[in-house]
Amino acid sequence: MPGRVALVTGGSRGIGRAIAVRLAANGCRVAVNYHTRSDAADEVVAAIRAAGGEAIAAGGDVGDGDAVAAMFAAVESGLGPVEILVNNAGITADDLLLRMKPEAWESVIRTNLDSVYHCTRAALRGMVKARWGRVISITSVAGIAGNAGQANYAAAKAGIIGFTRSVAKEVGSRGITVNAVAPGFVGTDLTDALGATVREAVLPSIALGRFGTPPEIASAVGYLASDDAAYVTGHVLVVDGGLGF
Amino acid sequence: MDRATVEAKMTDLLVDELGLDRGKITMGAKFEEDLEVDSLGVVELLMALEDTFGVSIPDEEAESIATVGQAVDVVMQKLKG
Repeated sequence: MPGRVALVTGGSRGIGRAIAVRLAANGCRVAVNYHTRSDAADEVVAAIRAAGGEAIAAGGDVGDGDAVAAMFAAVESGLGPVEILVNNAGITADDLLLRMKPEAWESVIRTNLDSVYHCTRAALRGMVKARWGRVISITSVAGIAGNAGQANYAAAKAGIIGFTRSVAKEVGSRGITVNAVAPGFVGTDLTDALGATVREAVLPSIALGRFGTPPEIASAVGYLASDDAAYVTGHVLVVDGGLGF
Repeated sequence: MDRATVEAKMTDLLVDELGLDRGKITMGAKFEEDLEVDSLGVVELLMALEDTFGVSIPDEEAESIATVGQAVDVVMQKLKG
């Protein structure tokens, strides 16, 4: 039996890359979505193939409904209907709210939340028909606890949680689970941009005393995508090393 | 496409796509009450109708469909254009 078809949005770098690699290692056939960095996506595809897995790159701006429709058509013709969707694509445009420009608000909501609407909607059609599916969205502890300077990002990430719980109720009767993973501080390009001072200040509030790694987030996604998680839905799995409790 | 053909295709679609019991499907059968189709099932039906017959059914018209026969009516009307 061929492996399940998984689509990872924003799969070319950081946590998304680790998720793509993990799902492929678990036997999935993976579509690696990217927006601008086709070279990075090609590299992920090559790494998966080198390890004996199956993967394709799938370009498209996930904040744009038409681009998402085109991307899903390409993935379906390349691998088949998407059975596991990982909504991972995300950006930040941090600023204190009083200084936050409308573009910073809109671009983050568009890429981090509109994308979840577009992609989940596109994927559900086939999942409902197949009576099986997994939707896993990457939210953030910022969406639960809030974070100064990230009102836009936290709003989008909290939005993902409400979306996840609602859609879980809509499609549960069709064998589809809808969950979220909330990483804490993870070493990626996004957190590297925080600067050393901020990073040092955060460490004492983390029980495990270190930042997480992308593969540690990917393994939570791998679990939720697996048959072992068949009875888990509408859940937000926090993977933060014990942050600030 | 004549009405008998649409009715036959509709019945096949309800059995194949929604997993309904062929014996229970009559033109007067109500989706929610008689056939136990839930709200998501109605959405699935609309998607299947659009795929099978190549028609587009807007939400306002979809809301008026309660029975199998009414679904056939809407498809017939759309096919006539």
